[in-house]
Amino acid sequence: MKKMNIVLLALLLGGCAQWGVEPWERDLLAKPAMQLVSDPLEAGLDDHIYFSKEASSGGASFGGGGCGCN
Amino acid sequence: MQLTKQRPSIAGLLAAASCSLLNQGVSASEDDKWQVETAVLLYSEKDRVDAVEPVISATRGFAGDSTLTIKFASDTLTGASPSGASISDVPQTFTRPSGKGDYVTPAGELPLDDTFKDSRGAVSVQYKFPLDRRTRLSTGLAFSKEYDYTSMALNATIARDFNNKNTTISAGFAYAEDTIDPEGGIPIAFAAMAPAGSEQARDGIEEDKTTTDLLIGVTQVINRQTLMQFNYSYSRAEGYLTDPFKILSLVDGVSGTTLDYLYEQRPQERVKHSLYWKTKYHQLGGNTIDVSYRYLWDDWDISSHTVDFRYRMPFAERHYIEPHLRYYSQDQADFYQTFLVTGSPLPNHASADSRLGSYEGITLGAKYGYRINEGSEFNMRVEYYEQTGDGSDRTIGVARGLFPDLEAVIVQLGYSFSF
Repeated sequence: MKKMNIVLLALLLGGCAQWGVEPWERDLLAKPAMQLVSDPLEAGLDDHIYFSKEASSGGASFGGGGCGCN
Repeated sequence: MQLTKQRPSIAGLLAAASCSLLNQGVSASEDDKWQVETAVLLYSEKDRVDAVEPVISATRGFAGDSTLTIKFASDTLTGASPSGASISDVPQTFTRPSGKGDYVTPAGELPLDDTFKDSRGAVSVQYKFPLDRRTRLSTGLAFSKEYDYTSMALNATIARDFNNKNTTISAGFAYAEDTIDPEGGIPIAFAAMAPAGSEQARDGIEEDKTTTDLLIGVTQVINRQTLMQFNYSYSRAEGYLTDPFKILSLVDGVSGTTLDYLYEQRPQERVKHSLYWKTKYHQLGGNTIDVSYRYLWDDWDISSHTVDFRYRMPFAERHYIEPHLRYYSQDQADFYQTFLVTGSPLPNHASADSRLGSYEGITLGAKYGYRINEGSEFNMRVEYYEQTGDGSDRTIGVARGLFPDLEAVIVQLGYSFSF
């Protein structure tokens, strides 16, 4: 099983190796607007709103919580 | 100078994946400088809840590529929220949670519990540091307190880069312990609501719940313009998952006349899973697309789809405008019912909380941002959020169990700076 996991991981990483850029091609990816979470405060406030109003939470990061939201 | 691309073998790649740190997420701050982000959220539902939530977060970088983030948030809620009771053709009287008074909902109107007014304070600390040249650890603690609710949580995530920093694999763990001590105590499952002034039998004064979250994810640079993320998360909540303020109407099976209001009861455990995919795409013209999709399912039979789309358009060098569209759709929990009917045996679990029902949600809005200088920005967003019931409405005689459609306006002002 462990061996299989290693093979799977190697395949995954090997597959991923088809993509990507060289270090000097990171100009656009380095921009603030291209960060995965470009506005963490807004993301946190949205998580709080939708956690309080919907039966789903998390996905992008941990599921949130910490309130007995009405 | 060697600028030609070399594609080594897979084995070579694995061996050569000793690349330096990938600074993703919040860009790392400079040493000895605080990057401060502030925002205030104004959330207002039509005829229901109003919330004000100021939040401040400060991040500082240290030598050795570590960062510390401290965040404070508080919120104040006022207004009314659906109690779970059905609409009736006669005025309905409900006992307040304290048992010391009551309120009346006019005939034909949705019963809203207007007693809640709550304020909450939350603080969290997150510390990120490298373990080696391509591995980072992020650890955090969080605490929040409101009038009847206390939550403590901790988390840890490890992330490791491969393929010349183009692939990042992360694995995280979070654990939370919450305590609720509601006004009036914990109601007994399916107990009838006692009239104001008379004794309401209770099941103690407080209850606990624990939540364990696991998350594994892959982030992949596709090309110079495209970044992708794929996550799987698992979450298990155990303990008191019932809402102590929510009730169900017990109605006559023929006439629909309300005979009683019963306190709801949910299972003691909920396990949910989600798959999440996100893509960021930088158009050569300068605009960026941020699109994500989440599929979530759980053992309460709830499943949901969430699609989120943002399109950032910079203009006049320092400004941007960002339209935002979010679509959400949810299938109801297997124990969701808009009301209970006399004659049939009581189920093990039942709730009329609309958040467990079937509905669709749409958020539509836009954000405007102005970059004052490096590290300093003002932004503002205005959004409209709407929930519409999706076929779980039920009518017997005069009892109408309708999904309480929701309309809300979200306004957020933000300002960030460094010093």
